[in-house]
Amino acid sequence: MKISRRDYIKASAVLTAATAAGIPTTGNAANIETSAEKIGLKWDKAPCRFCGTGCSVMLATKGGKIVASHGDVKSPVNRGLNCVKGYFLSKIMYGKDRLTQPLLRKTNGKYDKNGEFEAVSWDEAFDIMEEKFKKTLKEKGPTGVGMFGSGQWTVMEGYAASKLMKAGFRSNNIDPNARHCMASAVGGFMRTFGIDEPMGCYDDFEAADAFVLWGSNMSEMHPILWTRITDRRLSNEHVKVAVLSTYQHRSFDLADIPMVFTPQTDMVILNYIANHIIQTGKVNKDFVSKHTNFRMGNKDIGYGLRPEHPLEQAAENNDKVGGSSESSFEEFAKFVSEYTLEKAHEMSGVSKEKLEALAELYADPDTKVMSLWTMGVNQHTRGVWTNNLIYNIHLLTGKISEPGNSPFSLTGQPSACGTAREVGTFSHRLPADMVVKNPKHRKIAEKIWKLPEGTIPAKPGAHAVLQNRHLKDGKINAYWVQVNNNMQAAPNMLEEGLPGYRNPDNFIIVSDAYPTVTAQAADLILPTAMWVEKEGAYGNAERRTQAWHQLVDAPGESRSDLWQLVEFSKRFTTDEVWPAEILESNPEYKGKTLYDVLYRNGNVDAYSIDEISHDHNNQESKEFGFYIQKGLFEEYAQFGRGHGHDLAPYDRYHEERGLRWPVVDGKETKWRFKEGSDPYVGEGKDFEFYGKPDGKAVIFGLPYEPPAESPDEEYPFWLSTGRVLEHWHSGSMTQRVPELYKAFPDAVCFMHPNDAEELGVRRGDEVKISSRRGSMNTRIETRGRNKPPQGLVFVPWFDASQLINKVTLDATDPISKQTDFKKCAIKIEKV
Amino acid sequence: MRILFIICSVLCLLLQPTYADNKDIFTLRQTPLEVVPEPPRMMPQDNKDQRKVRNYPEQPPVIPHKTEHYQVDAKVNQCMNCHARRAIDESNAPAVSITHYMDRDNQFLASVSPRRYFCNQCHVSQHEAKPLVENEFIDVEDIIKYLKDKK
Repeated sequence: MKISRRDYIKASAVLTAATAAGIPTTGNAANIETSAEKIGLKWDKAPCRFCGTGCSVMLATKGGKIVASHGDVKSPVNRGLNCVKGYFLSKIMYGKDRLTQPLLRKTNGKYDKNGEFEAVSWDEAFDIMEEKFKKTLKEKGPTGVGMFGSGQWTVMEGYAASKLMKAGFRSNNIDPNARHCMASAVGGFMRTFGIDEPMGCYDDFEAADAFVLWGSNMSEMHPILWTRITDRRLSNEHVKVAVLSTYQHRSFDLADIPMVFTPQTDMVILNYIANHIIQTGKVNKDFVSKHTNFRMGNKDIGYGLRPEHPLEQAAENNDKVGGSSESSFEEFAKFVSEYTLEKAHEMSGVSKEKLEALAELYADPDTKVMSLWTMGVNQHTRGVWTNNLIYNIHLLTGKISEPGNSPFSLTGQPSACGTAREVGTFSHRLPADMVVKNPKHRKIAEKIWKLPEGTIPAKPGAHAVLQNRHLKDGKINAYWVQVNNNMQAAPNMLEEGLPGYRNPDNFIIVSDAYPTVTAQAADLILPTAMWVEKEGAYGNAERRTQAWHQLVDAPGESRSDLWQLVEFSKRFTTDEVWPAEILESNPEYKGKTLYDVLYRNGNVDAYSIDEISHDHNNQESKEFGFYIQKGLFEEYAQFGRGHGHDLAPYDRYHEERGLRWPVVDGKETKWRFKEGSDPYVGEGKDFEFYGKPDGKAVIFGLPYEPPAESPDEEYPFWLSTGRVLEHWHSGSMTQRVPELYKAFPDAVCFMHPNDAEELGVRRGDEVKISSRRGSMNTRIETRGRNKPPQGLVFVPWFDASQLINKVTLDATDPISKQTDFKKCAIKIEKV
Repeated sequence: MRILFIICSVLCLLLQPTYADNKDIFTLRQTPLEVVPEPPRMMPQDNKDQRKVRNYPEQPPVIPHKTEHYQVDAKVNQCMNCHARRAIDESNAPAVSITHYMDRDNQFLASVSPRRYFCNQCHVSQHEAKPLVENEFIDVEDIIKYLKDKK
């Protein structure tokens, strides 16, 4: 029934009069609340829960619930804007199926791997975890246990987890899901600059004359940064946008130079641009001679597959993947000279005009250019190389570390930088870019952590893909997954994911707020407090660290990952987990719990609960009896202060809309490695890439090498996977917001209409997508937002009911160990 | 025939998941992980033009009509044909909010800010699909009423 405006006014007028008559005068209007007490909202800031952009949002609480949110006008990142996901943050914690009790698989009242999930107490949950961890540690030693964490852990959680695994259990088998997303970027930074994370910052958006997207659909994946590019492009006619991808997507809507290239040939295009810069005499010789070195990288380095795979057997250098040799400008020029315009055009399929126009954006000394990339470059079997190749063209032209001249690696998770990378929750890393295999680095960590020398093991642990292989092979038997949905996210689920989780020898624990696909594969599920149900800090893609308070309480018995990690540490004594030699020479550690030695060490418990905000709850601190988030942050900050990774005092982050490290003398750093803007650059140096001992960045000679798997007669299509605007990652939060669900309900297969016609399928038809590894069913979309070329399809991975990772290949970049989710060969059949 | 039956049964057993599956818990996926379910049918976008109540005042309204084939690129913004300030007397569509005229420094421009150019980054059409899970977000006015009644 439709009601006209006139009827509506009449009806509400009657209601208003009646209400007014029935209620004694309170000074309030009858049909609208006006009292300050009632309509007043408590507003607090917090970084967004989703991508690596790191927008700040304002959140309103009332009656213990989040009731509204909007973009923070004070934040330099987003200045009052949010994307559609950000605007619906208020609803992500309120899915009806929030987990509120630990759940254990049981039969007849006892743990049974094949049993049904039943609610248990935290005590019972920790009892079985303790039993399984202790049994595994006794039988297999530290390499038998593992943890898979996340770039969504708060800084403090990642740090606490790293301590528990690397020092407590003495196992480096801890890795974050950021391995799937940022590891190639880290590898690229470390090889070229010797120090991780971008030199520039978001201020570059308002200073650049040209933007080049190398395998990134920013319009959907980094929407707020895209608003800044859109603003710059549409407000200034001279500004150009170039977009490269293996299929057409929404970012092409703004492109002056749109380019769809054949998968993997981004490497050819990048080497062609380097060649073009040299051939046209546009090398910035002064910069190159003063601030760079040249090296030739090892070739033929394999594909990160299992060692028995024929591709690994054939690879010449898969035992020396990161190796390189000294070189010179002349050698480099000769090396790239084979990457001619003709060759680039033939291999990539991009027109010569567009390739030249793209190359000129870099070559022209008067064009300030910002390169941006995410998963198209990082999820790549030559991801580290491709990162290196992008830096090459910025270094050859000296277009770096100055406003608008900026090679900028974007991140996908809210704290991929802050937690995974800076805290170093990777299997080979320690905080502040240090690594476990370096004895000096281990010594520094042991000193800050107040632990005996030799506590941290020297050998890197298993990375993400290797952890799944080790679970399948029975090498890791007790395994804890926090803040991620790896059964849905990891490649080759049926061959390498599920078998390990369901291996009868293994005990799998999954901590999550919602019952995810990974939880479904687990043996024990721990209900977890999320986001503003706890205090925390995140670090975004431009080195900005942002903190927030606990704003609401978590439902039921949910507890934060931090509480879970620290509480579990109470169940182990040093005598049970450390070797006798360490305790013999350090008897003062004997008989202590891991809780005592890791978190009651005089650092982590240094701050009283009187210091926590009086306006906010802090569940963990009140329970442990000290301000644990501050203690962890301040101990962690010791690693970077004075070493190029300086963080401000913790309390300041509650006042600021984040600060970009290094924060020196109270001031943040916008452009690193440039004199005048980076306090670490020596006087008179102009530029100094101080991550390298000689202050020089490296230009690498690296060839095109083919992908691990390409279409053939039997499997004739390329498959690329990825995200959509409305859903973040595996959809565990966004699929539970009805407006976001209805905006993009279910996964589909984006396909060229001609391919559909040839297959005899129409839009909406069900198809089976299969590879050599597995299959899934979905429906065909020929008119959607993504427009692939013939021979390639795109399937998003957010949908728990349509698992595209049953099809993908677990080939990785051999240097970074990051999976290539953008290329494998598939066939498609009508169902 | 009997042998074939036995082989089939063994195969079926092998293909069965070896662990129990609480269907009531796993809301977004009603099938065991090994099983490939039939994908839900594609639903059309809601085109009823009936505006939806916002969850809170700051929420960008969802679009109550189809937009799947709208042209919104550097050349044309089809949304503004109806939603521009001077178009609404004919289109009867709501004009874009005043916030959309503000630049990064909160200063008003003569027209919609380019940073708000791509409408679909915040405003989305809705498909006629039934949400998989109920959301228990509570409207602030209901909370105020609840708090009032409690007193």
